[in-house]
Amino acid sequence: MFRNQYDTDVTTWSPAGRLFQVEYAMEAVKQGSAAIGLRSKTHIVLGCVNKANSELSSHQKKIFKVDDHIGVAIAGLTADGRVLSRYMRNECINYSFTYESPLPVGRLVVQLADKAQVCTQRSWKRPYGVGLLVAGLDESGAHLYYNCPSGNYFEYQAFAIGSRSQAAKTYLERRFKNFSDSSRDNLVKDALMAIRETLQGETLKSSICTVAVVGVGEPFHILDQETVQQMIDAFEIVGEQEGPAAEPDAAAAAAAGQEAAAADQGGSTEEGVAPMDI
Amino acid sequence: MNFMASKQPENSLLGPEADSQRTLYPYVTGTSVVALKYKDGILMAADMGGSYGSTLRYKSVERMKPIGKHSLLGASGEISDFQEILRYLDELILYDNMWDDGNSLGPKEVHNYLTRVMYNRRNKFNPLWNSLVLGGVKNGQKYLGTVSMIGVNFEDNHVATGFGNHLARPILRQEWHENLSYEDGVRLLEKCMRVLLYRDRSAINKLQIAKITEEGMTISQPYSLKTYWEFSAFANPAQGAVGTW
Repeated sequence: MFRNQYDTDVTTWSPAGRLFQVEYAMEAVKQGSAAIGLRSKTHIVLGCVNKANSELSSHQKKIFKVDDHIGVAIAGLTADGRVLSRYMRNECINYSFTYESPLPVGRLVVQLADKAQVCTQRSWKRPYGVGLLVAGLDESGAHLYYNCPSGNYFEYQAFAIGSRSQAAKTYLERRFKNFSDSSRDNLVKDALMAIRETLQGETLKSSICTVAVVGVGEPFHILDQETVQQMIDAFEIVGEQEGPAAEPDAAAAAAAGQEAAAADQGGSTEEGVAPMDI
Repeated sequence: MNFMASKQPENSLLGPEADSQRTLYPYVTGTSVVALKYKDGILMAADMGGSYGSTLRYKSVERMKPIGKHSLLGASGEISDFQEILRYLDELILYDNMWDDGNSLGPKEVHNYLTRVMYNRRNKFNPLWNSLVLGGVKNGQKYLGTVSMIGVNFEDNHVATGFGNHLARPILRQEWHENLSYEDGVRLLEKCMRVLLYRDRSAINKLQIAKITEEGMTISQPYSLKTYWEFSAFANPAQGAVGTW
């Protein structure tokens, strides 16, 4: 995208009917490091690439627990993500207090989207520069939503956002039809494979990624480094039989093997078409 | 407009002027509500009386109402406060329906919402003068709870308000069991209501029984219980104590 005379504030339309500030906000999401999410009927897995700036520093937190039944992975301006996570936690806890019942994910997501929309219609505000993958469990099942800076939200079977997310999306597109009936462990393995796609050949280690799970009977929690590394080891090595005792179907997943990701890269911007829905 | 105004801030509850702004005592009241869980859901009974002090003034007051798809609310105490609560719940259910997203507030959620409302009003020394019974079924789960005017809330297999606590609960404790049939449940409730009719001065012999199951709620037409006054002890009450009335 190039600078133009209609992009100074969010309350100015372009003659083509675009709000450039909102589109620029979505660009910020594309520049952030990758986050992916996928779901089965009973579980949702969130994963993200977590690279520290330098060896001396710790990495940024990109996955947040919002409630026992909801978690969120972010890509883009992590500060905006942190603030929105706090809002989500607040909404959940207030609902729980009043109704002693978990807030349905679908409603939280709409509230979040409405909050984002406000920032696209006030001259003294800017849109949030963060995309959120919201994973949550409802009475009606497992859900994965993507919330955009534009104020739109969509439900997905699987999705990836952030830089080099197209590689992960291609992987997920090939496999998503099986996710519905996948076991929890297979779902996590698919998440790790998808994360690996975004790394472009770099070795997948538990130190550079974070994985979180929520499911029926399993409150939202981030898997610890050891567990993640064990799962990586279990499928990375082709033909190797049993992984650690924790993974019973490790053998089956190891046989699935590694597939070279020949997908095209980069944050793709479609020129001429207003990318209001990603 | 009195410019030599009182020294208290506008929202103070102290002082005689403020008394007209908060509930001090009830005026038109309903008496006990009794409810129990049975095989398919909840059964609730309440008479149709609205007393004005010791006068049995209104005799067609419906003290049980359906709330949304899954709940049933019964109230004793101030009738106008019950109507106010129904307005709150009407708005709550309206907004719940407006989401139009397949989620709905169940009896547990409504019960907790009411607890919050009652407790918060109590904290402001301006209570809604009611004891509420909230029952319902959602996704096969039966729920029965109660909230008082001071915000005390709990769930149980059978609950009652007012005199019902003293006269009906002991009967229910003896005779209630899991998976009562509809007929047994009604029989049990009628037994409780009959005792209340004999012994509660504010009870009238015109009651309704409401049933809520997964399928929905039904409320019976008003009817009356058969009573028996020929007990020999009543025939000559002064026999045991001369001079008594």
